[in-house]
Amino acid sequence: MAHATTHSGTPAVALPVISAAELLPWAVFGGLLLVLMVYFVGAEQGATSLIQGREVHEFVHDARHLLGFPCH
Amino acid sequence: MVGIYLARGMLIGILAGLLAFGVATLIGEPPVERAIAVEAAQVTGGHGHHDAGAAPDTVEAGHSHHHHDTQAADEEEELFSRGTQSGWGLLTGLLVYGAAVGGLFALTYAYAQGRMGTLGPRGLAAVLALLGFLAVVLVPAFKYPANPPAVGDPDTIQQRTALFFILLILSVAAMVAAVVMARRLAARWGAWNASLAGGALFLVVMVVAGYALPEVNEVPEIFPAQLLWRFRIASWGIHATLWAALGLGYGWLCERAQSRDLQALRRGDRPALF
Repeated sequence: MAHATTHSGTPAVALPVISAAELLPWAVFGGLLLVLMVYFVGAEQGATSLIQGREVHEFVHDARHLLGFPCH
Repeated sequence: MVGIYLARGMLIGILAGLLAFGVATLIGEPPVERAIAVEAAQVTGGHGHHDAGAAPDTVEAGHSHHHHDTQAADEEEELFSRGTQSGWGLLTGLLVYGAAVGGLFALTYAYAQGRMGTLGPRGLAAVLALLGFLAVVLVPAFKYPANPPAVGDPDTIQQRTALFFILLILSVAAMVAAVVMARRLAARWGAWNASLAGGALFLVVMVVAGYALPEVNEVPEIFPAQLLWRFRIASWGIHATLWAALGLGYGWLCERAQSRDLQALRRGDRPALF
């Protein structure tokens, strides 16, 4: 939180810098969870499967095609 | 602070996913349905559940060419109707994807804030969304574009998935490197020339990768070119909607919360979500 300078709602305020140390746990754990969400929409039960079956693949089938992920 | 940014990003991402669903329904589903009809017509025996085409239904040789090898394909009754796939399934996929991309976008924004020159929240979010769209969607799609049903050999799904994600990771890494380099050079070269240098770095890396990675062409001879074009345009349109809504919406949210964010930070409080 380096330069949270004085301001009065004017646009020229410098945005505060968030330190890498503060960001790291969020980036690691949050990032992992978010990437897992992308994986379930984009690739689960395609090239690799964490869950047996075809349910996830078939349910998000149209989204997977239209988002450009290799589907089948 | 980061938690609030993340929550804002995922929230805006869900709204962006909802907008993307509207676009997908309007311009994405028609080519998907037509591609499924082509798929049904090209498979002898046709899909039991994809009967929009002119496939003969007299042959009893099972339906999908997808599963001709290992699984006893015949028990493969439809898990979800086309209505479910194009409705709740599509909506779910886009909302989850939107929330995830929104969250990752917000984490990137949190790091970039205060480190990317004099841009305010709206400007920073818009620039990051534009660069994100280029690196995550548009440029990788020039090499490995979206494919509709009926395109793609199921036997190569492993390689195609690996190549797709390799190029995606490479593209994002190249963009990060380009931005970091541009920021470093900006002090000496000025923002304009430094940005040009960053752009050149990204371009060179992606052109080399485009030549180095193997070609994938599994479009059947009979697949209509016009339909393929429509489908790919729709795919870009859906992504463009998502990223535009994300960049503009997130910037708007952070801009209007900016003064309260700063006050909260000065008091040492958690800022409010809105």
